Amino acid sequence: MASNKVTFIFPEVKEMPSRFRNALGKYLITINKACTNCGKCIEVCPYAVFKSGMKRPKALSDHLCIGYDCSKNDYYCVNKCPEKAISLRLNPSFEVLGDRRWPAELLASTWNMAASGELPANLNYKTGNSGGGFDKIGILFPEKSKKEEDDIKNESLDGISTAIDLNHSQDSRPEVTIPIPVYLGGMSFGSVSIVTMLSRVRAATNLGTFCCTGEGGFPEELIPYSDHIITQVATGLFGVKEETIKRVRIVEFKYAQGAKPGLGGHLLGDKVTPRVAAMRQAVPGTALFSPFPFHSVYSVEDHKKHVDWIKEVNPKTLVSIKVSTPTDVDMVAVGAYYAGAHIIHLDGSYGGTGAAPEIAKKNIAMPIEYAIPKVHKFLTSEGIRNKITVIASGGIRSAYDMAKAIAMGADGICIGTADLVALECIRCHHCESGRGCARGIATTDEELTNLMNLEWGTQRIINMYISWRRQLMRILKRLNMKSVTELTGRTDLIAHIDHIHNRKLNGILEL
Amino acid sequence: MAHKYHILTSPTPARFKPITKAGIIAWEEGCLKCARCVKKDCVYKVYEKRSLDSRQMLDSLDTACMDCFRCVQNCPNRLIQKSINPLYKALGDNYWTPEIIENIWNQAENGRVPVSGGGYHGPFSGPGFDAMWTDMSEIVRPTRDGIHGREYISTTVDLGRKLMSLEFDSGGKLISSPPPLVEIPLPVIFDVLPWSPGGKGINLAFLEAARNTRTFAVIHQADFMTDMDEYVPNIILFADDDVLKLSKEMIRRLKIIELPDSGNVMAIQEHLKKINPALVIFIRFRLSRNASVRAAALAKEGAEVIHLTANENGMGKAEDPLFIKDRIRQIHSHLIEAGLRDEVTLIGSGGVAMAEHVAKLVICGADAVAVDIPLLVAMECRVCRRCTEGISCPVDLENIDYAWGASRIRNLISGWHNQLLEVMGAMGIREIRRMRGEMGRAMFFEELEKEIFSGMGIKGLINGK
Repeated sequence: MASNKVTFIFPEVKEMPSRFRNALGKYLITINKACTNCGKCIEVCPYAVFKSGMKRPKALSDHLCIGYDCSKNDYYCVNKCPEKAISLRLNPSFEVLGDRRWPAELLASTWNMAASGELPANLNYKTGNSGGGFDKIGILFPEKSKKEEDDIKNESLDGISTAIDLNHSQDSRPEVTIPIPVYLGGMSFGSVSIVTMLSRVRAATNLGTFCCTGEGGFPEELIPYSDHIITQVATGLFGVKEETIKRVRIVEFKYAQGAKPGLGGHLLGDKVTPRVAAMRQAVPGTALFSPFPFHSVYSVEDHKKHVDWIKEVNPKTLVSIKVSTPTDVDMVAVGAYYAGAHIIHLDGSYGGTGAAPEIAKKNIAMPIEYAIPKVHKFLTSEGIRNKITVIASGGIRSAYDMAKAIAMGADGICIGTADLVALECIRCHHCESGRGCARGIATTDEELTNLMNLEWGTQRIINMYISWRRQLMRILKRLNMKSVTELTGRTDLIAHIDHIHNRKLNGILEL
Repeated sequence: MAHKYHILTSPTPARFKPITKAGIIAWEEGCLKCARCVKKDCVYKVYEKRSLDSRQMLDSLDTACMDCFRCVQNCPNRLIQKSINPLYKALGDNYWTPEIIENIWNQAENGRVPVSGGGYHGPFSGPGFDAMWTDMSEIVRPTRDGIHGREYISTTVDLGRKLMSLEFDSGGKLISSPPPLVEIPLPVIFDVLPWSPGGKGINLAFLEAARNTRTFAVIHQADFMTDMDEYVPNIILFADDDVLKLSKEMIRRLKIIELPDSGNVMAIQEHLKKINPALVIFIRFRLSRNASVRAAALAKEGAEVIHLTANENGMGKAEDPLFIKDRIRQIHSHLIEAGLRDEVTLIGSGGVAMAEHVAKLVICGADAVAVDIPLLVAMECRVCRRCTEGISCPVDLENIDYAWGASRIRNLISGWHNQLLEVMGAMGIREIRRMRGEMGRAMFFEELEKEIFSGMGIKGLINGK
């Protein structure tokens, strides 16, 4: 049982403000020349928007401002200012920020969590604006009075377990438990900077979970964290060595990825630096193609041979099979189980971080919201659901998406994009342009890499997951559950708002 | 092995600066003139290379910015803000969105498949073509060495009527005579435009591009000019004026004539075939509720190619509630039930705006598609439709150089071809003729929503049981 391992001690949240001078928020506050520097605004604002200044206070943290809704409060700075020197307006840049899947509010919320571990006061931190899937699915909470709800809000979350086991096969291989139902998805060295890579690995280590290397090898800097690394065997077999397979507790076979289901990868020649080339056992400056699919797998038997090979090389490792979401994803999952996999990892089509043709991102394979229930249902009817771990990824953006994915039938989830957002990715989608990511996250350019330091990056990711964990525990508490494992497959506790007409629901729907 | 189909592309810059999404507002007032201005740090050198296009009055600040927000976030006095270019928002309409127009412009310029990082950014689904996903296969691949490898993924289709069996006499001599077929290397032909500015450059660009890509362009009978003579092998002449006006010589030179559907269309087909037995006849009609019945009747009477058209938003006649992909699914299935599907060729057109729409229409049962507006957009059209009111074109399409236009169209079609290969490769299909009607290899929004979500949220019902 996972619940007897709650003794894990989680890292502390530490303040890690934006590394840029002006954090991006929904509102802008300006103080004009009428200000007498009386300090009233600093005193009244509970969100610590203002800091004292020489001539007048500075609204340095106006990204924490809750905006016009504050006007009903008796601490509304605009009204409180004796000189009427404060003005509040919408930040024009905020409108430009984000997209349908990650609207500005969700980005800013995630930055908020990464900065302080706290939820934002007045932003939608739960869903995006995609008009479907997770964004139209709510959780059904038991009907309770206002007082009961308030009581729950203040009750302690102690004793609620968010841990999950990754080995359900009952074979002789070790039990692996992670204290949060999340591990961090593969992003290869070269696609992200070494600082980004190490930040994620170190955060995963601190959180007692795992981070995948992605295709392309196992940089030496990662060796101290080997117990928390999943190494990937992908179709190009780049960087796959016996020693790296032997070093880890989980090996992941990547058949396909949600970012570009059914498509191969292509690392441009100028990205194949001497270091990248050495790790991938290739020639510097030569473009490297990662084919699709595995050229040694034509059948489920070939696939089993693959799994057996890894198990032979490392008698203690667990094996995860990462696949995308075709029409027959349920059959694929069953095949993975019978080949001896411990984990079936479903990567939905709307996720991914790497560069991919837009036609593939939008059109090929199904969104994860369809794939999870389909697979869960089929594994259950085949009588093998409790013998394999289902991990879902691809388009999971928030703690609420996580809870919904688990209720749909996943044991846990895998995250990529949200980590990058915690590091202040702005989702401009220009990862590959010019010198690479202008924000220093997905680049190997030295100057850009130096925009971020390791301590900051590590802590930002830790903060976000600590916040996600608390949100998940609160959801479990409200559902009267003691462990996240109770939530798996509880499709009776979620509902899609387009499919609730004339129906008696199992609770109060909350989006 | 067949010669590999490859479209030559060459970078073909736009004549006008394209309208882009993002702009920068930099307020000069209050600038501290600090020594380390954030503008110097711009990774893309947007400020350093700032310039004004005096013809269009466009500031390069509004066209070169890549949205990294670093200047916005680092300016000590917060004097820089981002904005969405209002001209961008105003492009096109609900169907022909600014994103689609921008996507076509980019491909027309460089011939490359649009690629970006950071996952998908759009809505979960949408109406029409956006209510459908295509399949992928985890272990089946179409070729040994990738979609651009030595093996060939064929996108070739035949247009014409097919015999279901061959008959031989007692001496083993073939007695059935196979009807003529026209082969095109990509399931795309160029259609007549629902609207366009005048000037003959547009038609000539279509024809030149059709010749270069080895496909056909539909030309109105009335628009045919003597300077198009050299393009006759790539012309589908749409006899929407008076077919009897066509000279016998012209009928003999053409490979394809398109006829508007009418009560005596089969008689006209017979008449034309008497003059030129090698001629392939297209019969064109607007999709409607009874399109299936009409298509089956025509197929039964010997129609060779049926060209089903929708309006520019993919909708049929006013009372038809079905989008083109759904109507074609129905027609395809109806023809299968009637045992007629493989005898005729179906072409769909109207609302085809992106490469994925070609793949999706083929999966829904069309053998090929006809494209219209995207070809004009490739030549910088902004879908403002001012030409429909007789106002001059903001990008001067009346006076384009046809060779330039053809190059832009060629680039676009090359991009579409490569994207078609991506979709087919992911499905493990190496022959587009086998993708036609493969609806089991696609996922439809309405069906999945019902299957997955309708059983959720009911007390005692877990996994819908």
